[in-house]
Amino acid sequence: MAQASYPDELLYHPEHDWARIDAADPALATLGITWYAQDALGEVVFFDPPAVGTTLAKDASYAEVESVKAVSDVIAPLSGEIVEVNEALSENPAMINEDPYGEGWLVKVRLSEPSERDSLMDAAAYRATLAG
Amino acid sequence: MSPIDESHLHADPGIEAHAPSANGIGPSAAAPSAPVSSAAPLQRQHATTIFQKGAPGRRAFLCPALDVPEVDPETLLPARFRRSEGPRLPEVSEPEIVRHYVGISKRNFDLDSGFYPLGSCTMKHNPRLHERAAALPGHARLHPLQDPERAQGALELMWNLQEALAEISGLPHVSLQPSAGSHGELAGVLLSRAYHEDRGESRHKVLTPDTAHGTNPATVTMAGLEVVKVATNADGGVDIEDLRAKADGDVACLMLTNPNTLGLFDPNIAEIAEIVHGVGATLYYDGANLNAVMGLSRPGDMGFDIVHFNLHKSFTQPHGGGGPGSGPIAVSGRVAPYLPVPVVARREDGSFDLDHDRPKSIGRLRGFHGNYGCFVRSYAYICSLGGDGLKDASETAVLNANYLLARLRNCAHPPVAEYLPLAYGDLCMHEFVLSGGPMKKTLEIKTLDLAKRLLDFGFHPPTVYFPLLVDEALMVEPTETETKETLDAFADAIAAILKEAAQDPEIARGAPYTTPVRRLDEVAAAKRPVIRQALS
Repeated sequence: MAQASYPDELLYHPEHDWARIDAADPALATLGITWYAQDALGEVVFFDPPAVGTTLAKDASYAEVESVKAVSDVIAPLSGEIVEVNEALSENPAMINEDPYGEGWLVKVRLSEPSERDSLMDAAAYRATLAG
Repeated sequence: MSPIDESHLHADPGIEAHAPSANGIGPSAAAPSAPVSSAAPLQRQHATTIFQKGAPGRRAFLCPALDVPEVDPETLLPARFRRSEGPRLPEVSEPEIVRHYVGISKRNFDLDSGFYPLGSCTMKHNPRLHERAAALPGHARLHPLQDPERAQGALELMWNLQEALAEISGLPHVSLQPSAGSHGELAGVLLSRAYHEDRGESRHKVLTPDTAHGTNPATVTMAGLEVVKVATNADGGVDIEDLRAKADGDVACLMLTNPNTLGLFDPNIAEIAEIVHGVGATLYYDGANLNAVMGLSRPGDMGFDIVHFNLHKSFTQPHGGGGPGSGPIAVSGRVAPYLPVPVVARREDGSFDLDHDRPKSIGRLRGFHGNYGCFVRSYAYICSLGGDGLKDASETAVLNANYLLARLRNCAHPPVAEYLPLAYGDLCMHEFVLSGGPMKKTLEIKTLDLAKRLLDFGFHPPTVYFPLLVDEALMVEPTETETKETLDAFADAIAAILKEAAQDPEIARGAPYTTPVRRLDEVAAAKRPVIRQALS
């Protein structure tokens, strides 16, 4: 994805992560990193997903992503337990660059504190933090 | 024959030439026209390994006729240690060997051919006099297991080097054993751990600012301790409040680089030392940036307990090709009992020995006594310059960096300071960090593109994308051995590339054009490096 994009239907964390709350199940969320994050990282060469069942704490690191520049922590935007990881990324981590909101998703999480979503930003607010 | 996929190793044959034009600007002068035929010889010629050259039976050296009784190898080695067939070594003539390795060396960019402002690496000139000293047979041919009684000269040189490093650092006890900066760091953290354990304390945390030298966190993990990051304040120094909050009884050590990787000297160093000592922890000084402060300030006087030196940076051991390096450490009295064994000791009669009898030592860190050739070159450097000369070298390194910084910031057409602002501070020490963020936004070329394009102008790129706290970082360290003309030419090249990018960003995005290998597939290089070759 060459152009910056921040879909309106997602929620955003200041550490450049997004969360998509499942339409049918408000306690289920898909997590990933934003266009800005993948652009700053450069080409991603490795994603080390945590195991299914791992507990996530909001604002704490839950995984590492390695690009040609550096290894960086991925911060959890919400708390919960991992129910699924994107296995396809171990073969093709470049999906994180090419399609950060689609095929490049990282994990699916059963939320332990669904109300934490209220502390996240909408796309307009997140975009505003990037402008400065 | 070769499993190497050559498409990853070589220039795309469809090269478009964009050689820098005489005035350094103007895409018209560098029209994307020339096809394959314009490729430089090194671009056309694919690199091969020595195993792909030669012919059976060809030799570069013939042994003299055997003039001692021949012994059947079967009587010397048990069958399980004997190979069933001979080793498949290259069979080449001497001129083939010479051309092979000279050819490979030409494919590389080296300090002897051009400016190499790689930030935090101190790529200064390596005086040739030092090579002469290191090549003296008494140095070059000395066996590392020689009895100390018959290696008094070498031990004296090591002792004198230890004394000099102790004086430069303000810390009296030195071990020359570590073989690299990172190895010196590991030694330092192990010493710190041993110090606390000897006092019956178990401390597992090591504080490192996010401006620390990049190897520090890896060192801490390798030593079995845990990294705790300390934030940076608005001036680019350690955030004192954050340090206060994180300094507690679990902290074994603070690892600090001063000047830090932003090229800034932390003025709060005395307060930082007080906070860290206040919780009983040790202070470790990463000597990566020592080239800024030799003869000007001493880690020992700032309250540090442990420092490592990079003889291959500040003290002119040639580096950049993978080694050998040398990372001696100097420590305070309270840490001295734990130094690696053996240490070089002077006996009462003035002769020298290797002291193995140090019961609290962390042990050996490597075989033998360190990279001795590095000691000779570094000692030659220290003797050539003397104390005043080292101070001059550091002052000139700082002056050169500030001159280059000012030269870039004063450039109005194009406005370099708007595209590449200084990330922190105003004046710098021996290096400075620019942010390519605005350049990326307005010209749509990344720091990586600028770095690659510099190669076409004959310069090695500065360090890029480090430190991580600076967006699109470009870290420039010119060193004291560069002339004003070189610094001017480099500043002009940066300006020319920015000007060129304003007209056509594609040129920088496709760079380099003139190097033996063009833009690499970095993902493939990271994920699928070809490091083995099957013999045919």
